Amino acid sequence: MDHRPQAWGRPRDDVYGAYDASYLHNNGPKTATQSPIVTGTSVIAIKFKDGVVMAADNLASYGSLARFTDVKRLRPFLSTSVVGFGGDVSDMQFLDRHLKELATDEAYEHEASSTTTDEGGSGAGEGQLNAANLYKYLSKLMYRRRNDFDPLWNQILVAGLDAHAKPFLASVDLRGTTFTSPSLATGFGAMLAQPIMRRYAATEEDAARLTREEAVNVIKECMKVLFYRDARSLDRYSIAVVTKDGVELSEDEQLEKQSWAFAERIRGYGTQVV
Amino acid sequence: MTSIGTGYDLANSIFSPDGRNFQVEYAVKAVENGGTSIGIRCKDGVVLAVEKIVTSKLLKQSANKRIATVDRHLGVAFSGMIPDGRHFIDRARDEARAWRDTFKTPISTADLASRMGGYMQAYTLYQSVRPFGITAIVGGFDSTEAAPVDGEVGSGPSCGAGGKVLGKTHGGPFLYMIEPSGLYWGYYGAATGKGRQSAKAELEKLDLGGPAGPALTLEEAVKEAARIIYVAHDDSKDKEFELEMTWISGADGPTKGLHQEVPKALREEAERLAKKSLEDDEEEEPKEEKMEE
Repeated sequence: MDHRPQAWGRPRDDVYGAYDASYLHNNGPKTATQSPIVTGTSVIAIKFKDGVVMAADNLASYGSLARFTDVKRLRPFLSTSVVGFGGDVSDMQFLDRHLKELATDEAYEHEASSTTTDEGGSGAGEGQLNAANLYKYLSKLMYRRRNDFDPLWNQILVAGLDAHAKPFLASVDLRGTTFTSPSLATGFGAMLAQPIMRRYAATEEDAARLTREEAVNVIKECMKVLFYRDARSLDRYSIAVVTKDGVELSEDEQLEKQSWAFAERIRGYGTQVV
Repeated sequence: MTSIGTGYDLANSIFSPDGRNFQVEYAVKAVENGGTSIGIRCKDGVVLAVEKIVTSKLLKQSANKRIATVDRHLGVAFSGMIPDGRHFIDRARDEARAWRDTFKTPISTADLASRMGGYMQAYTLYQSVRPFGITAIVGGFDSTEAAPVDGEVGSGPSCGAGGKVLGKTHGGPFLYMIEPSGLYWGYYGAATGKGRQSAKAELEKLDLGGPAGPALTLEEAVKEAARIIYVAHDDSKDKEFELEMTWISGADGPTKGLHQEVPKALREEAERLAKKSLEDDEEEEPKEEKMEE
């Protein structure tokens, strides 16, 4: 009997023939993440005159399995910004921890340089990271990881206020692609929700005329459409409103006034007889 | 200190024959010359206050903060040598960061006090170093959730194994004071620095340690803390000072679980009341004071 450590846990050569050791060697290039595992679907957001509204449902899917149904995919940062994550949930957790560390350092820094503390002032204090700064940081991080061929498998929306206290909304994805628009959506939302949001905020000027209530209603309508048509979505969702007063985050919203009447008229797939 | 001059006070890490470490005792002297710091643990949070002596008119008002935040939910105030205090805070922040890296959860006040107590004690052991010339007051509000985890995405089971136990409480406000020897205790109310005697006398009058826990609320504690700093300052009337105050409440309180500076309006109101109460005292017993002098 072969007692060398190399043979431990292997079938005996004298019984089963020589072991095919080629399985133990990886001849290809080193690979990192090739596909996401547990994923979140769309994140949608729209600007209005005083800030930004963002929403994402509370589902984390494992393939097509609705695996976790109380997952919070909107993360506030320093009560000045909200970051919404679509894509891989473990990469989101990594980024969340990383941002928490950043926020702590940022709070230390801000404290050390603070001379006057205005209570209830603008969201980002003087010298504090605002949403535009945070977005720049995240986009550099995502692009760097892509260049390492080890991307963080997310599409991220960052919402808040920029340096001029104007509403800010921008997106970065796993390839480091960055863009901005008065309304943004990731994943399926880019096909299903974006056209609806563009009806209300096609341009910055349109967005600057939207009231908070209107923006929230548009977002809620879009979440409903997404639940109707996106099979990896859920009727429980989180919604966040960022203004100069900070972040209001509600993490257990339920879709209201659903109507599945349209389902009757869908033809072409499924189990219709006629 | 009758044993001074016997040579046993020249080096750290050498005991005197009667079992004392003089270097540590001298460090305590450095603390006793520093501006007063106090901490109050109350029903729904912790208040820290420092009497910041204005050493020069050329220093900007309310700049150069003396109370520092560690992580987001802990505050450190100290009396004694300011550079030593700064280093203490740097180290405390490193400890808090290391704790998060390891356990993915914020460090509890007790654990930070333990780590920092150990750190200060190590500076009493070696020839190559001197003890810290500070006494630090560490206050914090530990999360009342069962186990907050960084990066957590779900809420976990609501009952059963791994779920929440009904009626079981977690966290709350905590207050520790760490001395140059590395000694630390948890306190209801803590005071150190020049005015510690009168500050302690005032703290003892407050309802902080009843069997049902402290009765004092945060807002009351802020006012008491301001008053106590003003009372403690009385002895050294010659120097001007600034009152620096911070507080920490639970997630449902005014600071939402974070260590923050007391809002300007509230601090000024507390200072006004403090000055008024001092004046009232003087009116009541002017003769007594003269007798003492």
